[in-house]
Amino acid sequence: MRIELEKRAGASTLYSILSPFIALGLTVIAGGIMFAMLGKDPVSALYSFFVEPLLDIWSLHEIAIKAAPLILIGVGLAVCYRSNNWNIGAEGQFIAGAIMGSILPVTFYDWHSPLLLPLMMIMGMIGGALYAAVPAFLKAHMNTNEILTSLMLVYIAQLFLDWLVRGPWRSPDGLNFPITRDFVPEAVLPELISSGRANLGFAFAIIAAVLLWLMMRYTLKGFEITVLGQSERAGRFAGFSSRRMIWFSMLLSGALAGLAGIAEVSGAINKLQPIISPGYGFTAIIVAFLGRLNPLGVIVAGLLLALTYVGGEAVQLTLSVSDKVTRVFQGLLLFFVLSCDTLILYKIRIVFAGRTAEDGAN
Amino acid sequence: MGIVEAILLTVITAATPLVLAAIGELVTERSGVLNLGVEGMMIMGAALAFAATQVTGSPYIGILAGIVCGALFSLLFGFLTLTLVANQVATGLALTILGLGISGQIGEPYVGMSGIKLQPIVIPVLADIPFIGPLLFRQDLIFYISIALIIGVHWFLFHSRAGLKLRAIGDSHGSAHALGIHVIRTRYLAVMFGGACAGLAGAQLSLVYTPQWVENMSAGRGWIALALVVFASWRPGRVLAGGYLFGAVSISQLHAQALGIGIPSQFLSALPYAATIVVLILISHNRRVTLINTPASLGKPFVPDR
Repeated sequence: MRIELEKRAGASTLYSILSPFIALGLTVIAGGIMFAMLGKDPVSALYSFFVEPLLDIWSLHEIAIKAAPLILIGVGLAVCYRSNNWNIGAEGQFIAGAIMGSILPVTFYDWHSPLLLPLMMIMGMIGGALYAAVPAFLKAHMNTNEILTSLMLVYIAQLFLDWLVRGPWRSPDGLNFPITRDFVPEAVLPELISSGRANLGFAFAIIAAVLLWLMMRYTLKGFEITVLGQSERAGRFAGFSSRRMIWFSMLLSGALAGLAGIAEVSGAINKLQPIISPGYGFTAIIVAFLGRLNPLGVIVAGLLLALTYVGGEAVQLTLSVSDKVTRVFQGLLLFFVLSCDTLILYKIRIVFAGRTAEDGAN
Repeated sequence: MGIVEAILLTVITAATPLVLAAIGELVTERSGVLNLGVEGMMIMGAALAFAATQVTGSPYIGILAGIVCGALFSLLFGFLTLTLVANQVATGLALTILGLGISGQIGEPYVGMSGIKLQPIVIPVLADIPFIGPLLFRQDLIFYISIALIIGVHWFLFHSRAGLKLRAIGDSHGSAHALGIHVIRTRYLAVMFGGACAGLAGAQLSLVYTPQWVENMSAGRGWIALALVVFASWRPGRVLAGGYLFGAVSISQLHAQALGIGIPSQFLSALPYAATIVVLILISHNRRVTLINTPASLGKPFVPDR
């Protein structure tokens, strides 16, 4: 028995819509099997993982809080990957943005001004973009693989943040805990609706996604991204510069990751601490692919992945399974998304006997 | 034992997992497949090796478990990228994310448990040579395997027919297919070899380097191994040299921390990652040289036409 692929005449519209749903279905089934193997009732476990968080207001806010960074980073990465640039260090740019954006509220901790928050957000974006500029420069001008450099920079950013909050930025009244001073109220991102917990970060995410969708669909830049991503050679004939595209896509995704970082620190944590992200930068890679590298799809995908974080916390409490199930779910989901995407371009045929192309070559 | 010997011993221990993971990935990449899931396969190997050792009491069964687990886990990557022609970069990342998740779950019951360290095998006569003896001939099995693999892979790639075919596939899968070489089958084997080596590297981490289970204990070594393959310009001998260079850098920061020199520990810990970036720049800034060394089909999907 073997599996053969046959190329379709064109991309299948049906499957390009269906494939994320098939992938989700398969993930749920695989997740059920995993829960059964852990000795839990799969149906009730899946229920408390995927459904229960949707039923109460507190969890919905929690989903919005976690979806905000995922969508913000995810749309940037979607555009970046479309252009065939592989920034996988968004986690590092997230941290760089958080650090850069926190300079004002940490060093001028008694400055109260309505200007503070916008300045923080802008500096966060600059921080993320600057940090992404390193792999961008190295790829565009030194021919260095951006996958490896951007990833190495994640570890460096984590260690730098760790040093900051244990060293120069440690709060004098934090009882020696590795945290900075709490941000003043003017430095805290306001809530989206009063009496909820979700903050403006979620609005940033939706606005960014819509803007990038418009850019991809209606502007020359969007066309340039698609062309250069699919064929660098064709892009060159059209007069597009792949070197400029490296800079553009990396700085864009870096700036959005940086904004996500400072928005998270300002809106959800209100101070800096050694760990400020449960791997948002990496999960956003899944978000980008699950959203089919389409900014609007990324919104849906971001909400879904946020649900896996909240659901993971829920089953940890109710079923006392480890929160690692979240990571497993996310990994499985990406696997199934990638395999189901094959259906868009190929027909899959299972051949039980007979000679095939590979045998025929003998 | 002198201080120099003691330091060199720690360098060898730190370098071995890098060498192992890199030599496996080298074979995978020589066949034209870019598997970015080394970190995931490595951490799976570490978790399984530790668990199997705890259950059976024998680190040798642990080693075997690490190897088998790495190879099986890489099959997942192989199925997606080779059979379903999924994007290799994304699938490799998925393998890493999944590996970190599953290994965390497997290792959970073993957190904080003291492990069983793999004991050295003393090679008679040779072990008594001053200086060299204790360094090279009083080592554990995994070290010996790592050296044997370097020599074996070099011989395989450049002195055997099968190795020639593998390189042909990596440089032009279309031509190799036209010549009747089994592209997909060879690539599956190459991917599994890479997985087995990464799994063994993981076993070294949890049985020799720090004989215990800590979540995320691979700490980016899988990624450094990937950089090492580029650094080595896809040549086994240079993997060995590069592995020991990186091992020295990563261990020197520990020694520096122990000496208590006035640099914050975080900066020293960042050294191996910064060194990786610097080395990558040095090795790849000349575009022509890179193009000559890189397997020409690396990362490109292959669908046999009919």
